[in-house]
Amino acid sequence: MSSQAINSSVSKVIRPLSMDKLNGGQKLAVHYFTVAMILFMAQLLFGLLAGMQYLMPDFLYNTLDFNVNRMVHINAMIVWMLYGFIGSIYWFLEDESGVEIVGLKWGKIAFWVLTVAVTIVVLVYLLVQTGSGTKSSIWLINEGREYIEAPRWADIGIVAVVLVFFYNVAATFSKGKWSGIAGVLTLDLVALAGLYIAGMFYTTNISVDQYWWWWVIHLWVEATWEVLVGCIMAWSLMTLLGVRRKIVQTWLYIEVALMFGSGILGLGHHYFWIGTPEYWLTIGGFFSALEPIPLVAMVVHSIYDSGVHHFKTRNHPAFAWIIAHAFGNFFGAGVWGFMHTLPQINLYTHGTQWTASHGHLAFFGAYATINIAFFYLAVQKMRGDCWMGGNMPDNGWKWKAAMVLLNLGVVGMTVALLIAGYEQSFIERAVEGSTWGGYFAAQSHPWFIQAMVWRMVFGVMTFIGGILLFWDLLTIGKYEPRPAVGVSQ
Amino acid sequence: MNENRPVWASESFWKKVAVWVTAGSFVILIFLTFDSISQITAGGSRVAAYTVINKKVTYRFDKTKNRYQPVILDQDEPLFGQMLDEKQAYELVNLGKLTIQAKNCMNCHTLLGNGAYYAPDLTKAWLDQGWGTAASREMLMLQFLQNPGKYARTYGTNRKMPQLGITEKEAKGIIAYLKWMSTIDTNGFPNNFTAIDAEED
Repeated sequence: MSSQAINSSVSKVIRPLSMDKLNGGQKLAVHYFTVAMILFMAQLLFGLLAGMQYLMPDFLYNTLDFNVNRMVHINAMIVWMLYGFIGSIYWFLEDESGVEIVGLKWGKIAFWVLTVAVTIVVLVYLLVQTGSGTKSSIWLINEGREYIEAPRWADIGIVAVVLVFFYNVAATFSKGKWSGIAGVLTLDLVALAGLYIAGMFYTTNISVDQYWWWWVIHLWVEATWEVLVGCIMAWSLMTLLGVRRKIVQTWLYIEVALMFGSGILGLGHHYFWIGTPEYWLTIGGFFSALEPIPLVAMVVHSIYDSGVHHFKTRNHPAFAWIIAHAFGNFFGAGVWGFMHTLPQINLYTHGTQWTASHGHLAFFGAYATINIAFFYLAVQKMRGDCWMGGNMPDNGWKWKAAMVLLNLGVVGMTVALLIAGYEQSFIERAVEGSTWGGYFAAQSHPWFIQAMVWRMVFGVMTFIGGILLFWDLLTIGKYEPRPAVGVSQ
Repeated sequence: MNENRPVWASESFWKKVAVWVTAGSFVILIFLTFDSISQITAGGSRVAAYTVINKKVTYRFDKTKNRYQPVILDQDEPLFGQMLDEKQAYELVNLGKLTIQAKNCMNCHTLLGNGAYYAPDLTKAWLDQGWGTAASREMLMLQFLQNPGKYARTYGTNRKMPQLGITEKEAKGIIAYLKWMSTIDTNGFPNNFTAIDAEED
């Protein structure tokens, strides 16, 4: 059908956003995706506020200080990504297992418990902000440990919710059929949930504190999360392109071997400077330098499979975001991580904007992208499995523009922060010797300030991309008369 | 065609590799964790006991190791003029740690290089030349922590620490914590750092 013919039929067809065609797990997934998208917007908003404070330090001073904005920025990110992952798995759980989800009712209760808990935690972050130097502050207000600031009561709630989720995944696969993806996913979730507990204790000793803190942070984002998205990616390639199960599962095992083989001891690259023994310089440097290898494997197999299947897919936006994931993961987590992972350079880059540069590209490239792909899979089915290929009624300008703005925005921020990181490494670290005077000499240098201005410009671009994405997810397929076509294996 | 496929290209081969590599890596990590924890326990070979806050400490270049190294001098320098026993020292440092967490310091500062990058690293804050002299340091730190807006140290950037409602007791705890933290052997991080009393050495 030509786009002219489609446009002429625009007024005749309206597809409502409906849950009718969704299975139980997919209905629950939509709840998770909705909250994920709202939290994504919160992440972007608080990132803008924090970024603005670099340029205008008086902005919201003593009202909504940098530490609060930054905490909400990174916590919203961690939580929306987890929501996205849980939603994605619920999305394909019934299809993959061949049976209905065993404890769907508990899954729904867990969703609401988690969402109410997240809301309370964020409100306390914003309204109470900090407490006195007592254990009750850690239990009730915030834990003050980067990324896992959630107070202890919320930690316990998170573990309970994850256990319900784990039960649903394991029990549903047990009742239905086990696949390679199911096996890897279930074992990975055991590790993911178990590792969170490693961060749930208080100790006076900062070296011991950070030792276990990195078990949570690193072994999540550089190991178990990567394997989790490997599972999601494997399922996506089968669904979107029709790649054979044997192919994706073989690749999945290769990726698990390479990911855990490099990532578990790659943990050592966080143990260079926290008081831990010198042997971590060698072990951490060596294994973390290998960490990009599985990400290369992921790019190779996703692009190869795409070529074999002639890039024919039933959902262009989702597929485009999957490709963005393959490259974003490789560049953001792999290349940007590798650039400063060896101790000889990390001595100067550790704790500078260099890390922020890596963090922005890695989290976006590895995790935001694949979640967004699933948002598009969900809206397609909610619009009655409508056509999401070429020649969309409005030529699909919104998803394309959102994709360009988000990717360009994040890459722009990454490069700006990298320039700031180089400057800091040279001036603050190498020349000035890391004193407070050296720190501020670097912060007030024109190169640094220019980089922060550019970061802000690209941050605004990212935010606009986010708004456009939100709008597109609410409207794409609304006026699409054609049904989706299937993929053949 | 299947019989011509090499073993290393099969699903079952990679499944076994994945299991063994993961298990092997994890076992090595557990072994190294026991060793590392024993060395970084307070009073261990790399992290000083909390009573180190009674001593004069500094940070110097070690020619043998070819890197910077914290040095605990055989000279008393009690914090706030008071020698503390093991329990008292622990309680003061612990109050500092609780306060640092409760005030969310890590989302502006870095500690041991980890945290946010909006404010200076605190790893060697106790030894920073910005406090002028060792004699004035304790008083300046106490003033600053309790009233960071008034006693702002922004070096011309106007980036001030917010008013966090830190009490005098909590401020003393933080200072004790910073002094103790500056003695952790961080493998030469930060490099090229000149300590406050370097001229005296």
